[in-house]
Amino acid sequence: MATVSVCKYYPGGFSFDNCKRNALLEADISKLGFSSPAARKTGTTICGVVYKDGVVLGADTRATEGMIVADKNCSKIHYISPNIYCCGAGTAADTEMTTQIISSNLELHSLSTGRLPRVATANRMLKQMLFRYQGYIGAALVLGGVDCNGPHLYSIYPHGSTDKLPYVTMGSGSLAAMAVFEDRYRPNMEEEEAKRLVRDAIAAGIFNDLGSGSNIDLCVITKGKVDYLRPHDVANKKGVREDKVYGHPVTGSYRYKHGTTGVLTKTVTPLNLEVVEESVQTMDTS
Amino acid sequence: IVPVTGLCPQAGPYGVQDSLRRGFSSVKNELLPSHPLELSEKNFQLNQDKMNFNTLRNIQGLHAPLKLQMEYRAARQIQRLPFLPSSNLALDTLRGSDDTIGFEDILNDPVQSEMMGDPHIMTEYKLGVL
Repeated sequence: MATVSVCKYYPGGFSFDNCKRNALLEADISKLGFSSPAARKTGTTICGVVYKDGVVLGADTRATEGMIVADKNCSKIHYISPNIYCCGAGTAADTEMTTQIISSNLELHSLSTGRLPRVATANRMLKQMLFRYQGYIGAALVLGGVDCNGPHLYSIYPHGSTDKLPYVTMGSGSLAAMAVFEDRYRPNMEEEEAKRLVRDAIAAGIFNDLGSGSNIDLCVITKGKVDYLRPHDVANKKGVREDKVYGHPVTGSYRYKHGTTGVLTKTVTPLNLEVVEESVQTMDTS
Repeated sequence: IVPVTGLCPQAGPYGVQDSLRRGFSSVKNELLPSHPLELSEKNFQLNQDKMNFNTLRNIQGLHAPLKLQMEYRAARQIQRLPFLPSSNLALDTLRGSDDTIGFEDILNDPVQSEMMGDPHIMTEYKLGVL
């Protein structure tokens, strides 16, 4: 009989069983000339600004996988709680799962305290989790919201450091967006001006950075109201196919216009049909 | 990266060295953790508890952590049969992790694990008869 073994129950969470095997495979694959599949990143432009009544968050909508655009219209502004939203840059799965976990934890926490959650709580939870994983969870976040102490905006880096600032940008297009902010930011702006500023900052990121593109999403958070504008601005319109029939574009239509084929002669032959038998068959409608 | 003995024994099931999953056996392979986070994650709960008990001792005196540790020990003993996974409800409530969600609840949930120890062997091991 084979050796018997006793199973010990592991507590769950991340399992590092395949790390050694993966390291060996990586080393061998590069010798053969292939490359292992790249994680889907969001190579992004995200930014946020604090204005008079609240916070405006903005993001582009392109997700890349190496050099390929994986998703032309992905949503990077994640819900954390009714008054707090979070934009995520970095590895798409990491930002998605991290924001969902923190959103669940905040919900449980607010049910337990009986109060609306504060942005500082979300910030503290995120930074403690990201520091625990020492930067291996690649999530760079812009967290903004309005709570009982007013509007707040934080930027959170993958290793767990945070900054509390009136305007922040993150992602590969952050330099382009920050240039726009540094030029035109004023404290206590009006809502329309703040929205225009964020839209222009994201547009700068979209047009000057390869990792960002497609549309601009905005999220305006004020005390008691959230406006999730998706898409706020379609900066890059996808082209329309050439064949237009009857004035509107029809993709892949094989209908030809009347008069495409010239008519040379026309002969009409009437067929004389005789009625031989007529019978009525009733339908069974029971 | 700190070497720890007995971290990843090269033996797979059946006691023979498992080349497919762990690669060729070497002393370095056996001693070093496969990922920088492996050690820190394995001991995370322990280290958190130690830190919390230390703070509690400094604030409230020696009796507070002592009493709490006694309660943890009692709660840890509430298990199901040796081969069944336990929900650890009492322990979770004491720790306060019954109203938090982390990666240990989403990934590799022990309730949904595909492997189960052989009931007879597990009970014999628990009773020391093996």
